[in-house]
Amino acid sequence: MTAREEVLARLRAAREAGKPASPVVVTREFRTTGALAPGSAEVLARLDETLTDYKATVHRVDTEAGVADAVAGVLSEARSIVVPPGLPGEWLTGYGGEVRRDGPPLAVDELDAVDAVITGAVVAIADTGTFVLASAASDQGRRAITLVPDHHVCVIRAADVVCSVPEAIARLDPSSPLTFVSGPSATSDIELDRVEGVHGPRRLDVVLVGP
Amino acid sequence: MTTVQLGMPTVASDPHGHLRGTESFPKAAHKALADTQLRRNLGHATRTIRAKRAAVVGEVDDWEELRRAGESIKADTMARLPELLVQLEEQVTARGGHVHWARDAEEANRIVVDLVRGTGADEVVKVKSMATQETGLNEALEAAGVAAFETDLAELIVQLSHDRPSHFLVPAIHRNRAEIREIFLREMPGVDPALTDEPRRLAMAARAHLRRKFLTAKVGISGVNFAVAETGTLSVVESEGNGRMCLTLPDTLITVMGVEKVVPTWSDLEVFLQLLPRSSTGERMNPYTSTWTGVTPGDGPQTFHLVLLDNGRSNVLASPDGRQALHCIRCSACLNVCPVYERTGGHAYGSIYPGPIGAVLSPQLTGISGPDDVNASLPYASSLCGACFDACPVRIDIPHLLVQQRAEAVAAHTRPTAQDLTMQAMAIAMTTPARFKFAEKALGLGRVLAGRKGRITGLPWPMSGWTNARDLPAPPQETFRQWWSRTHGDTQRSGAGPSTGEDA
Ligand code: SF4
Repeated sequence: MTAREEVLARLRAAREAGKPASPVVVTREFRTTGALAPGSAEVLARLDETLTDYKATVHRVDTEAGVADAVAGVLSEARSIVVPPGLPGEWLTGYGGEVRRDGPPLAVDELDAVDAVITGAVVAIADTGTFVLASAASDQGRRAITLVPDHHVCVIRAADVVCSVPEAIARLDPSSPLTFVSGPSATSDIELDRVEGVHGPRRLDVVLVGP
Repeated sequence: MTTVQLGMPTVASDPHGHLRGTESFPKAAHKALADTQLRRNLGHATRTIRAKRAAVVGEVDDWEELRRAGESIKADTMARLPELLVQLEEQVTARGGHVHWARDAEEANRIVVDLVRGTGADEVVKVKSMATQETGLNEALEAAGVAAFETDLAELIVQLSHDRPSHFLVPAIHRNRAEIREIFLREMPGVDPALTDEPRRLAMAARAHLRRKFLTAKVGISGVNFAVAETGTLSVVESEGNGRMCLTLPDTLITVMGVEKVVPTWSDLEVFLQLLPRSSTGERMNPYTSTWTGVTPGDGPQTFHLVLLDNGRSNVLASPDGRQALHCIRCSACLNVCPVYERTGGHAYGSIYPGPIGAVLSPQLTGISGPDDVNASLPYASSLCGACFDACPVRIDIPHLLVQQRAEAVAAHTRPTAQDLTMQAMAIAMTTPARFKFAEKALGLGRVLAGRKGRITGLPWPMSGWTNARDLPAPPQETFRQWWSRTHGDTQRSGAGPSTGEDA
């Protein structure tokens, strides 16, 4: 018997031996919609709060036209940045440093040498202060670019902000890599207190676009 | 025609002694209790986490509904485990991954060692994984001349201090900041001698220490939090970004998962990604959760191997009640609320699975070889106060499993020998009378002990010292604690009451 056959045979035997008296009924009585409407001013305010609570710095702009100024502001000290191949050029018009597009892909050491990265996000969760990066989205790009640079600037549009985790999961396509980000890199390993700044980006700025 | 002999559920192999300690719980606990620094560290850390957990769980008004969903999704998974694993294998393979099956720890280690050798690499970076701790993969790699670098801060502390993990989530919970500073100064090459014990500075030292390793590693090794059968998607939940480094930068990724980590559908994560972070670190969401499906051209490792590990899980699955222990999502909430764990720490349990869940999981994984098996003492490492059940995000009825395993041990005469009567797990935690009272009522403890005959002829150890000499009537009115007090005197020690359980 191969290991595969053996393990499966054991598990089948065990599954029968330990079978519950009555069939399992899966109960899903939890909420699948959040308390606040997606994209609403209320849900954005909540996201602002939860992001800030986990030490991201939030910059509010009313419309997409305001993004360039906000980006320029947070990157005033960054000499060079990396951006995913499809990042809207309009977001960068106020930035004066060197912009490196990740296409063709930069080497790890090149990523290590840039000061910051800017991306969009596919969805954000107000209840938890989370945004999700999808590798397949051209304004987010492969995972390494948001991991190696020490400063991440993420632009989140109101239309992509939901209230709850179930709403976000329903919008996501897991066939390409996803990264759920909630605040800058942190650890709770020393006396179970959260401290920011370990291996991922130590500085996280969010530009939140909307009402 | 040949008939294929079916595999039978089988207990774990434990080549490196990670599922069984060298002494029984009461002996090990006794030593731990004498270590006042350890008790201070644990008390501080568990108090911190209990307060955080209570606050973020309190924010979720459908918490109980989520717990019930988590419980039933896991029960459903166990009822379909072989089919779900085959589906997972198909999906991972279809997306360019390679799936391997391992009967036991040695086989899993052999598979991983061979895969690493095949890449020509002589070092690997690892993200914290219980499965590879269980198999002793680091030892196996070392024997094969491969250096394994643990990258989680707490695992790094454990590795640098040649220690053993004592908690799922925070394996170095038994260390305080001053001790961690000393370990770094002593063991970390090139560390700044002016390092202070400020947690941020300590985290920065770890960053500097591991940075080069991450940027140059060829092989990463990880575990899994949830593996989605429907889509072949794997996920790792973490905080520091070391997981992202290991999952993203190497050319080859090898992931080892216990078979119980599978979940049926992608949407099931809507439940577990709410339950896990709030229960574990007491955060609304952990800083990073990564998901990946097979291999993605142009993003991350281009070679991906998934090793599916049995190692005793089939033995656990074969028990109708006991299989609940496989539902565990390793949040460690039950450890943080357990008055026994808070006083003894994780090492006393011998196994890398400590605390209440470890006390019911380890003996089922290893089986009990006889009365002297140290794991036979684990079901007694509890006061049955019930806090673990209240805290468990997937509603594992740990107190029930503990009582059941005690009863089974008595029936099989595999209870530990009389010399272990010094066992004080009861007394350690009986300083919280209110909780104990709750537990004995909820559990019908007297009934369990008395069995069908209505007489207690053989009390489970540690009380067996009394019943060996006397045949006691079951105490129908009296609570267990009253009975204990009456027959044994008042064991409560004033001033030693733990400050646990406010959150449940
Ligand atoms: S048994 Fe429950 S509370 Fe304990 S670690 Fe597992 S999931 Fe968490």
